[in-house]
Amino acid sequence: MKRISFCGLAVAVQTLASAALAQGVSGNTFNPALSVILDGKYAHFSQDPAQYGVAGFLLSEEAGLPPQGLSLGESEVVASANVDDRFYGQITLALEASDAGTEIGVEEAFVQTTALPAGFILKFGRFFSDIGYLNSKHAHSWDFVDQPLVYKAMLGGQFGDDGAQARWVAPAELLVEVGAEAFRGAQFPAAGATHGGVGVWSAFAHVGGDSGAASSWRAGVAYLHADAAGRESIIANGDVATFTGGAKYWLADFVWKWAERGNPKTRHLIVQGEYLRRRETGEVVDVNVDYATTTFPPPFVAPEFSYRGEQSGFYLQSVYQFMPRWRLGVRFDRLSADNRGPSLGVITPLNEKHDPSRMTAMLDFANSEFSRLRLQWTQDKSQPRSDTQIIVQYLMSVGAHGAHQF
Amino acid sequence: MKFVVSLLLALHIAAPAAHASLRVFACEPEWAALAKEIGGDRVETVSATTPDQDAHYIQARPSLIAQVRRADLVFCTGADLEVGWLPVLLRQAGNGKVQPGQLGFLDASSAVKLLEAPTSVDRAQGDVHPFGNPHIQTDPRNIALVAAALAERLQKLDPINANSYAQRAVEFKARWSQALARWTEQTKPLKGVSIVTHHRSFIYLENWLGVEDAGNLEPKPGIEPTAGHLAELTEQVRAKKVQAIVRSSYHDARASEWLAGRTGVQAIVLPHTVGSVPEADTLEHMFDAIIARLLAAQAQARGRP
Repeated sequence: MKRISFCGLAVAVQTLASAALAQGVSGNTFNPALSVILDGKYAHFSQDPAQYGVAGFLLSEEAGLPPQGLSLGESEVVASANVDDRFYGQITLALEASDAGTEIGVEEAFVQTTALPAGFILKFGRFFSDIGYLNSKHAHSWDFVDQPLVYKAMLGGQFGDDGAQARWVAPAELLVEVGAEAFRGAQFPAAGATHGGVGVWSAFAHVGGDSGAASSWRAGVAYLHADAAGRESIIANGDVATFTGGAKYWLADFVWKWAERGNPKTRHLIVQGEYLRRRETGEVVDVNVDYATTTFPPPFVAPEFSYRGEQSGFYLQSVYQFMPRWRLGVRFDRLSADNRGPSLGVITPLNEKHDPSRMTAMLDFANSEFSRLRLQWTQDKSQPRSDTQIIVQYLMSVGAHGAHQF
Repeated sequence: MKFVVSLLLALHIAAPAAHASLRVFACEPEWAALAKEIGGDRVETVSATTPDQDAHYIQARPSLIAQVRRADLVFCTGADLEVGWLPVLLRQAGNGKVQPGQLGFLDASSAVKLLEAPTSVDRAQGDVHPFGNPHIQTDPRNIALVAAALAERLQKLDPINANSYAQRAVEFKARWSQALARWTEQTKPLKGVSIVTHHRSFIYLENWLGVEDAGNLEPKPGIEPTAGHLAELTEQVRAKKVQAIVRSSYHDARASEWLAGRTGVQAIVLPHTVGSVPEADTLEHMFDAIIARLLAAQAQARGRP
């Protein structure tokens, strides 16, 4: 994601904040709705989080674990408003504090139409793709501290980039929507903005409705094609491996929500799952290896770097609010990879024969809809050595009342 | 197979019912009922919420997006009551006709004077609404004001049937004035009486009847009752001679029943919308039911030593 200087952002936030203050209680709606998400954690890992990896997958730098101990998560600043009678605009800035300093990411910055005829909606700018169920959701609305393993391993957490989207909502009893997107191709799983800066395209379809007054559901399918030129991943020995080639994704997702008498305030159950399948074909090179002078054991033949990966995975999770404000959740993740290629002998984790899996349980408490405290326990077998992870998290939002998608 | 059939049926571009020419998406059942009163069979109405749901906390469900997509009029309370879900529906549905500022969007609260507009807004006070308390529908005088605004809007949206809407609005107004006179007479004994309510959702009713609000079960708006707060309230209920502990049908009964058990004051459900209790099947019957239940609680309180 693009970084801008901290000073510039501070000024921008201050301007927005004073604009929000100036509106007073009369609610001058010309000013954007402004909200800030505060997120922090305490994390304990039985393995060194710096050595984190997922067997069989080249990861994005965004897919790592939070640091051991106390740390600040991603603080988000969101401003949104109708631009005029035909456009809506929104920006989400993510402030991430690390030992290296503070980084500002433009997580989303898009405009979308509100007044096109016949159920069409266009969106431009930087945004999270609408593939899958969880991909477009911001971190603060996730039901667990972290993303499902399939998202971490194959989409770098969640896929968003500079692009354009067209969507059509059918005039039907059920929700039926279809859409297509094109992206620059600068973000994982793409890289290098190939094809003149249109390196990724996708298509998706969603169907959803109610079953009775108490429950509702949504199901979706999606396809995404990403081309990468020199996509970098840090591999097990600390070297950087680059991938150049194409990746095809097939996704299927469903979510079912139940609430006692249709009122999610008391008892509420969510069951959701997603399946992702990916085929990556191209070349993988360890850039720290001097292939001309190093000899490798067979079957490696330099300079043959071709690689073909058939990878798939799913997660299944359920969150139950058993009394007002208290929720209990469980999640199961599983991945598998069948990677082939003559150069894989030097690329761990691509050559690891291990099917990653993970089991997670969480308990959270929301004092109001603006504050949430969470305890999460995970047995992570992303690598052959199992990692026990315990994370305590707070998530709070201040400012305008956000509206969340289903 | 069954799923495929229902999917195909759903995909079939739904034509409006035989005579209805406008499709009204109401956020709450009281506005769906009012749209039916003024629109008659010229309108087809759906309500986004049921009486068992708290309109503050609704999910932007796929079925609601589908309903907004096909609506000619989105008719909601406004005043930020639906701020947690309506903006998402409007953005996702791809229906330009019903966006705020268009003829196809009407917020009822714009037709009435809001009470309790805070002089400062701080979430430490709970989930306060910067524009004022949005639960306007429990004062029948507000219903009359909103009915007039709705009638005007329906006439603009559907000029062919304008006469029908105008005529129905006149009839409704006459019927409502009569009912209002009856209610005013019936509720005279309630003037000055104290009640406590679960959420501050009956302040317009209290304001209309001259009933005193002696406290709320929620320590702050939107914050669930706590044991400590209920214990404090017990004293207040005794000191102020409270005659009823009032909740809406979507509130958890445990807090008000607990307080009733401790104080001997009756806990009652007052319909906050049409359909909230069985006898509140129309707007007029909703007020009949509110009054009957309050008078019954008062009679019972008088019978207590």
